[in-house]
Amino acid sequence: MSEHDAHGEPRSFWTKYVWSQDHKVIAIQYSLTAIAVGLVALVLSNLMRLQLGFPGAFPFIDPARYYQFVTMHGMIMVIYLLTALFLGGFGNYLIPLMVGARDMVFPYLNMLSFWMYLLAVLVLMAGFFVPGGPTGAGWTLYPPQAILPGTPGTEWGIVLMLVSLLIFIVAATMGGLNYVTTVLQARTRGMTLLRLPLTVWGIFVASILALFAFPALFVSGVMMLFDKLLGTSFFMPAIVSMGQPLKHAGGSPVLFQHLFWFFGHPEVYIVALPAFGIISDLISTHARKNIFGYRMMVWAIVAIGGLSFVVWAHHMYVSGMNPYFGYFFATTTLVIAVPTAIKVYNWVLTLWRGDIHLRVPMLFAIGFISTFAIGGLTGLFLGNVSVDIPLSDTYFVVAHFHMVMGVSPVLAIFGGIYHWYPKLTGRLLDERLGKLHFWVTFLGTYAIYMPMHYLGFLGMPRRYYAYEGYEFIPASAQDLNAFITVAALVVGVTQLVFLFNLAWSLRHGRPAGPNPWGATTLEWQTPDTPPRHGNWGETLPEVHRWAYDYSVPGAARDFIPQNVPQSAAPAGDDAPPADRHAGEGHA
Amino acid sequence: MAMVIALVVIVVASVVFHFASPWWFTPLASNWEQLDDTILITLVITGAVFVAVNLFVAVAILRFRHREGHRAAFEPENRRLEGRLTLLTTVGIVAMLAPGLYVYSEMIGPPADATGVEVLGQQWQWRFRFPGADGRLGRTDTRFVALDNPFGVNPDDPAGRDDVLVDSPELHLPLGRPVLLLLRSRDVLHDFFVPQFRAKMDLVPGLVSRFWFTPTRAGRFEVLCAELCGLAHYNMRGLVVVEDEAAFRTWLAAQPTFVAAGGEGR
Repeated sequence: MSEHDAHGEPRSFWTKYVWSQDHKVIAIQYSLTAIAVGLVALVLSNLMRLQLGFPGAFPFIDPARYYQFVTMHGMIMVIYLLTALFLGGFGNYLIPLMVGARDMVFPYLNMLSFWMYLLAVLVLMAGFFVPGGPTGAGWTLYPPQAILPGTPGTEWGIVLMLVSLLIFIVAATMGGLNYVTTVLQARTRGMTLLRLPLTVWGIFVASILALFAFPALFVSGVMMLFDKLLGTSFFMPAIVSMGQPLKHAGGSPVLFQHLFWFFGHPEVYIVALPAFGIISDLISTHARKNIFGYRMMVWAIVAIGGLSFVVWAHHMYVSGMNPYFGYFFATTTLVIAVPTAIKVYNWVLTLWRGDIHLRVPMLFAIGFISTFAIGGLTGLFLGNVSVDIPLSDTYFVVAHFHMVMGVSPVLAIFGGIYHWYPKLTGRLLDERLGKLHFWVTFLGTYAIYMPMHYLGFLGMPRRYYAYEGYEFIPASAQDLNAFITVAALVVGVTQLVFLFNLAWSLRHGRPAGPNPWGATTLEWQTPDTPPRHGNWGETLPEVHRWAYDYSVPGAARDFIPQNVPQSAAPAGDDAPPADRHAGEGHA
Repeated sequence: MAMVIALVVIVVASVVFHFASPWWFTPLASNWEQLDDTILITLVITGAVFVAVNLFVAVAILRFRHREGHRAAFEPENRRLEGRLTLLTTVGIVAMLAPGLYVYSEMIGPPADATGVEVLGQQWQWRFRFPGADGRLGRTDTRFVALDNPFGVNPDDPAGRDDVLVDSPELHLPLGRPVLLLLRSRDVLHDFFVPQFRAKMDLVPGLVSRFWFTPTRAGRFEVLCAELCGLAHYNMRGLVVVEDEAAFRTWLAAQPTFVAAGGEGR
């Protein structure tokens, strides 16, 4: 800390880029780690597809490895990529800039959060190098199977997985407390809650969900570790495993599922709500039109967040739980479709009578609407208890959750990166490479997942290593699987174009200037691009209007930044009170 | 423009794929036509919304894409429009939920005359148990499980002595008679799934789960495990043979009872 000057700005390489407490650096650390581990998940998914498309052609993919790839792919994507990138990446970068703060309110905790996250990733990756390999229990880790012989990775893998999750939850809690407190306490003058950009609303509510939902996963992880290592029986009834009676008795495997999905369903919205927010801002900015029904959008985020805690058992309609629960959870699940549908309507109504610039971030935003729509609609099959019964655990489920929770949030992430990269670096990402990346990814994911719904209708179960010798599956299904695999490989390889673009544009991208998209929100009004430590120079900005003053009748330009006073001429430079940043320094 | 074409192509290709796809539900072999109807209702409603949303976006882009001198409208809210859309959505939701819940109430209410049949799962095989002449299954416990008593039937329970044990993954059922499957697992989670019957349910160690159906078509139907249960999950095969009452009786009579299978000697 001794190198810090009066403004707390770190001077040395180590404090600036490694042990950094600056939210912008931490955001980049989080994002790069998440993208790196996401690449592992991408490779794993392509290996799985190789086996499914061309069974037996790659002998090193045996059943054990296949199930390990399935498990690690799922867990990495949901937790270590999507959750980390939306909250640790976008949340960290955007919250202080968008609310007009100099940093998170707890910068040191923020730094710890990243390093705990990195530790969690390393422990998870260690699973690939221990005897028996990583766990192959499926990302849901259902006991008793997850800790019994017959499943890969029950020696070390499952322990590392659970320990890694516990560390991740510590990291997510430190981050989440920071994001929530910063939004509540560090908004600049004039930034009322109903002037916040929807990106902040999405990340804010998602962080609250994370703080309430992750403890359920934490306790179930601890309990399963006890079952595995200490011989307790939280989730273990009396069992005869591989002919051997075990010493467990009295536990309940269904209890684990309740705890897991009490976390797991809000987790869907922990990923979805930030995506909703980002997409709202992308669409509004690039259509040069205010988001339609802003207040309704805020209430929809809050309502979805609340309802997400009372729908969890729709993952458990065939779990053997009390069948009467089905009525309740089917009803709550279909009720949540109403606020979700409102969000989709308001996005498409924002486009209507807009001035739509089809730049790369906007392409991804439109791709999000389309893929989220189909993923959300297929959720109405699976949420409706009786309709779910024939479809559960088939490829219909795989298609559904990949569209709604894989493809659409990833498109939102890409759109967000193309949108905010100029603020991070001062340069635009290459547009032609961006378009190539978008078109292959968007159309490719339709080619992958649209046919999968029909394999699910047919009844093809998921999590199968091979489908040989099942008479109800026609031979043509194998041809379709080969086609899907080829599409998945093409989409996978195309992500290299994105990585190349990220690296190449850092030096060779077109200079962006401070506000290349003509956006209203505060992060585009910083005195420096990229913003320096402390973000705002001498004085904090003052907010005078909502985040969506696009194409206001009578205004000279088609956008009015949030920090422009109501009375002032659009270009007017307002002078917020100088005393505002006293006490805003760092620990 | 490319985006407009892409969205239209996605819609058209999806609809064409739907009607041309050779991959569709297997022909129904149980009494759950209402379930298939509810799926169809859901598909029509959601399909219409999918087409509408994509085409609306395509039209919006076509009409309102950026042109020099053009400026967007300023329209923060439209309460009436938002209210109508909410109402319309609610109607659509009710149209799916109401039949869904009705069918569900049928699915969880087995008729009183349904024959109870036990399904026992373990890694990675199926077994079945019928009640004997007394119509009751004997009590079980994992502590009784042994090589000669794979079901763990309690030898002291008189109700278990005449239980008919099917120590093979092939289950025969009589045509047209409701059957209530009582599902148990010895080790991990499994799931008894016959695509043609539509219904399925997990087998959970430590409890007995259940579902019912009436086989309506004679034939041989594959049993799949639909809940990940380890390395050979994909290969946990079984067979249900649906046949007329007489053939079923003959088959059942050929299966040993608990006593005849040697379980009593313990």
